[in-house]
Amino acid sequence: MADKVLMKGNEAIAEAAIMAGCRFYFGYPITPQTEIAAYMAKRMPKIGGTFLQAESEVAAINMVYGVASTGLRVMTSSSSPGISLKSEGLSYLAGADLPSLVVNVQRGGPGLGGIQPSQSDYFQATKAGGHGDFRMIVLAPSSVQEMAELTVRGFELADQYRMTAMILADGTMGQMMEPVSLNFDVKPSPEKPWATTGTKLERPHNIVNSLSLVPEELEDLNFKRYEKYKIIEENEVMYESYRMEDAEICIAAFGIAARVSRNAIDAARELGIKVGMIRPITLWPFPKKAFKESLSTVKSYISVELSMGQMIEDVMLATEGRAPVTLCNRAGGMIPSPEQVLESIKLAAKNGGNN
Amino acid sequence: MEQKRITLFAGHYGSGKTNIAVNYALYMARQGKKVAIADLDIVNPYFRTKDSTELFAERGIDLICSPYANSNVDIPALPQEMYALTDDPSITAVLDIGGDDRGALVLGRLAPAILREGNYEMLLVINCYRPLTQDVASTMEVLHEIEAAGGIRFSGIVNNSNLGADTTADDIRASLAYAEEVSRASGLPIVLTTVRQDLYAELADEAPNPFALGLQKNKYL
Repeated sequence: MADKVLMKGNEAIAEAAIMAGCRFYFGYPITPQTEIAAYMAKRMPKIGGTFLQAESEVAAINMVYGVASTGLRVMTSSSSPGISLKSEGLSYLAGADLPSLVVNVQRGGPGLGGIQPSQSDYFQATKAGGHGDFRMIVLAPSSVQEMAELTVRGFELADQYRMTAMILADGTMGQMMEPVSLNFDVKPSPEKPWATTGTKLERPHNIVNSLSLVPEELEDLNFKRYEKYKIIEENEVMYESYRMEDAEICIAAFGIAARVSRNAIDAARELGIKVGMIRPITLWPFPKKAFKESLSTVKSYISVELSMGQMIEDVMLATEGRAPVTLCNRAGGMIPSPEQVLESIKLAAKNGGNN
Repeated sequence: MEQKRITLFAGHYGSGKTNIAVNYALYMARQGKKVAIADLDIVNPYFRTKDSTELFAERGIDLICSPYANSNVDIPALPQEMYALTDDPSITAVLDIGGDDRGALVLGRLAPAILREGNYEMLLVINCYRPLTQDVASTMEVLHEIEAAGGIRFSGIVNNSNLGADTTADDIRASLAYAEEVSRASGLPIVLTTVRQDLYAELADEAPNPFALGLQKNKYL
């Protein structure tokens, strides 16, 4: 029998989490990520794990806080409106320096919006996960295989840096079915001397808390956290370059938008247009250096997004205003077609790259 | 397989019921039958038979589905027209049932009439490459859950083992033993083995009751 299985993106996240040693899942159903909860509900009881449908998203994220405090791998998942509800909990996790994995399978918004795919939570994930100064590592899969692999990676990074790693997927990624190989190595969870596992009268109490009574100490904690973020920006950037060797036009796209763009790029190359793509896999840390270095050949950039234009701001910052950046987008649950992206590429080419 | 007036496709979530139902409806229409395909999925708001609306219209196939399919209205609604499936004996009916026992709950409303008429095939769609139905025991678990929820016993098996567009002839060959084991354990015949169109010629002599299958394409991927 083949060494692959046919999975939905949501199922791949759930199975990969189990393989990564996660035995605690807390969540509340919401389309288009409910398969994660359904899969966990079936699997967790069979392997001695805990699946708990919480009374709300707010409850679920605080259950994550509880398990994370004990040093065990734990996750929750939701879709856009549910992630907004988890916002407070995400900030508390950051304030307490707790590792966790949070999945957002995005749908169209704002508000209750719709159930079709979207990427309009980019700002929320990369810049405004909650109140206060903090970051989350944000991973953007572009295939069902990556849904699995980045879930495992997310747990590892969360543990290594004691922070939240978020999988930022979209409805298409969650729902589409592709063959997946689940044969990957999982690094074991590191020692967690800070965890609240009982002192056994052998060590001082560990306290997991996000409240600071002394402002100077709180400032110090923030400084230290940002030193850690600097190390992550140095070491953990992931991206994929596609046909960038001689590219004069560069598409910036992640997730489903990158898959659509790939088809458009191939079609444009057939027409002799020198176009490539930088596909961020980590949205934070953003691959700033890759974009900056691409300026040696690239004359203009196109950000392809399922939003009103959010990542485009990071592309502009990374390219320091030295080349024009335009937007090719759909919103509200709609997906740009390969034809639409191809038209944007043609327009950029017609303008000599200076669209 | 013997053609009955009503053919129901049920099975594990993501086993490929919708794609088979679409292909089977087209197959029946090619034989000159007056075909209606009913999308009775109350589990999954995506990948619906409604995706093939234009194709059905072209082939004269009636599509019976919730007016909310493929919209943002994420509720388990059923179409009122579904009663035509049992009330109008001139229709050749193909029913696409939602996944698992939860999906089979819709049969509660139709089962008494279907059983009374007694002219149906209730088919279990299986795929050994789906992670939760990779072995016979887990597949049998799904079978029993669906029968209990739907109130109709299965009459046959559709071996739809595949890895999507990546499926090779060997993947299908490797699934034949699994399908036979499920058949033995359940006492149900393998009435169809689905084979992607381009692999049909290669496997026609090896797979029991081969059935050529076209895939509904996603234009974005």
